[in-house]
Amino acid sequence: MAIAIDDRLAPTSRLTRLMRRPELGALAGTILVIAAFAALAGHTGLFTARGLVNVFQIAAELGILATPTALLMIGGEFDLSIGSTIGFAGVVIGMGVTEFGLPLWLAILVAFAFAILIGYVNAVLFIKTRLPSFIVTLAAMFILRGLTLAVTRGVTGRTQIPYITRGYEDTWYVDLFAGTTFQGLYRWMTDIGFITARPDGTPPVAGLPVSVLWWIALTALATWVLLNTRFGNWIFAVGGDENAARNVGVPVARVKIILFIMTALGATLFATIQVLTVGSADTLRGTQKEFEAIIAAVIGGCLLTGGYGSAIGAAFGALIFGFVQMGIFYTGIDTDWFKVFLGAMVLIAVLFNNYVRRKATEAR
Amino acid sequence: MNAGDVVIEMRDVSRNFGSVRAIENITLQVRAGEVLCLLGDNGAGKSTIIKILSGVFAPSSGELLLDGRPIHFQSPRDALDNGIATVYQDLAMVPLMSIARNFFMGREPVKGAWPWRHFDHGLANRVAAEEMAKIGIRIRDPGQAVGTLSGGERQCVAIARAVHFGARVLILDEPTSALGVKQASMVLRYIAKARADGLAVIFITHNVNHAYPVGDRFLLMNRGRSMGSFRKGEITNAEVATMMAGGEELRALEEELAEFARPPAGPRPDAAEPPL
Ligand SMILES: Nc1ncnc2c1ncn2[C@@H]1O[C@H](COP(=O)(O)OP(=O)(O)OP(=O)(O)O)[C@@H](O)[C@H]1O
Ligand SMILES: [Mg+2]
Repeated sequence: MAIAIDDRLAPTSRLTRLMRRPELGALAGTILVIAAFAALAGHTGLFTARGLVNVFQIAAELGILATPTALLMIGGEFDLSIGSTIGFAGVVIGMGVTEFGLPLWLAILVAFAFAILIGYVNAVLFIKTRLPSFIVTLAAMFILRGLTLAVTRGVTGRTQIPYITRGYEDTWYVDLFAGTTFQGLYRWMTDIGFITARPDGTPPVAGLPVSVLWWIALTALATWVLLNTRFGNWIFAVGGDENAARNVGVPVARVKIILFIMTALGATLFATIQVLTVGSADTLRGTQKEFEAIIAAVIGGCLLTGGYGSAIGAAFGALIFGFVQMGIFYTGIDTDWFKVFLGAMVLIAVLFNNYVRRKATEAR
Repeated sequence: MNAGDVVIEMRDVSRNFGSVRAIENITLQVRAGEVLCLLGDNGAGKSTIIKILSGVFAPSSGELLLDGRPIHFQSPRDALDNGIATVYQDLAMVPLMSIARNFFMGREPVKGAWPWRHFDHGLANRVAAEEMAKIGIRIRDPGQAVGTLSGGERQCVAIARAVHFGARVLILDEPTSALGVKQASMVLRYIAKARADGLAVIFITHNVNHAYPVGDRFLLMNRGRSMGSFRKGEITNAEVATMMAGGEELRALEEELAEFARPPAGPRPDAAEPPL
């Protein structure tokens, strides 16, 4: 059937289509932050190979948390327990190796199995009690942290578990989570003088941390799922109007269970990367990470009310985070100011997002 | 009219919400190729009946039968899988999502083999635009957010969606309440076509001019109970109107309005001379 062109249809240019994307604000913010620190800290070490690797490492680790958090927020829920899950997963890996004598790879698998259990229990509690996910996961945040502390201290008598990776230094799975990549590229860039070599002629950094690849891969996967799959449509639907979604046949409970499992898995991936990088676990790891992840997702355009947002936006949010944190460090501003910046950025982002949402739902 | 076998049936169904008895002992049958109109005041329990038929609520007591076999819908998805599609009174639309995404919400077309299986945007956009055009609405862009549509346009998306997915039973809860004359007559034509195609149709409306032309049977509801069901041949258009509005109320209203319309006492200065 032929469809006549509506004469009331104003032509929408590529630009206006782009303007409607939820991640636009975060992209603008990223450019702004980079420009600001280029002016403030351009002469310092921030924009050297080492400084940028640090920025990307911070961004990558936060981004691994922010991506599933963004999906969950688009689905209309919060998970405040991911910080505690990080501490818990680290301790599971640590005690698995040091107390139970498991091989490292098995301890990692056990940690991921626990993550699925934590996400599932969170989701089922939230669905059965009909309490807001905010409350249920707030409870989980304290319970998990307390459990982690009590069990670790009870079993080992301490709150830290050192020497977890001793003897595993060059295994493929340590490289998978904590290695570096593109060493050749860095050596080449040093050789041609693009990045400044150390006095002995070696590159200033060994390579790009693999966490950056994890981050990019997760962001790409999440974006694809959101925009191009049935499950992605369900995420938007349950976050936009749970009742409407259920009435037209979206399996709401299943979608939410999967989303909570994904945030717990993200937290466990974060923990695995940290434990294998530094070689130890600490019961307090991950404290406040849940808020940082939510901040990155919100800066990235996710609405607190659900139904709107993007994974690419959350990646930009994490990148802004990395730049601000390292930028403040390199400019020599007292790092206490970091949190002030962060709070201000959240406010601006939320105001901007509300404005964008109004634009998106009102007449175009 | 040659109605076929009974497709969907309710036997003695009641539903309570806490202490509220929303419907009590409702029995109804809809055959293939038949349109049942549910009539009744606000709060009579019409929406509750259709929500039970579409799997949103489970009955508190009584039985639901599909093709003569007892059936328990676990969810609306269950009912949809059995070919029962519904236009809900609140439309069940997500304002922030596009027309095409709303149209296929829960029933997304996919192509490709796993893990490359993906949402077929081309097909979704095309079908949504085509179905909307058929109902008489030219949408500017299937990617437009539903929240930016007018109330009537939004209603048309919900109707087009139900018509597209309703294979056996089509349920419409006040689908024409916000529609213009052209779109409303289009919806009535859809209902007539669905009947001709052998679907069982359940139609709720407060507008007798919409109900009478397409309805085969009329089930009158009052405060959660059935006041009886009538075949079209048994009652007239006017009788249906009386039943729907509660005839006395309508007559009282007419008298009141006549009171307002009466000219004030005394000669009107601008009154024209009556022609001789
Ligand atoms: N989820 C619910 N919880 C509590 N009470 C409800 C619920 N749904 C319906 N009711 C009550 O059941 C009764 C019937 O409601 P229903 O929506 O079926 O009426 P209706 O006939 O569709 O009215 P209208 O013509 O206004 O749409 C009302 O008194 C309503 O308050
Ligand atoms: Mg109703």
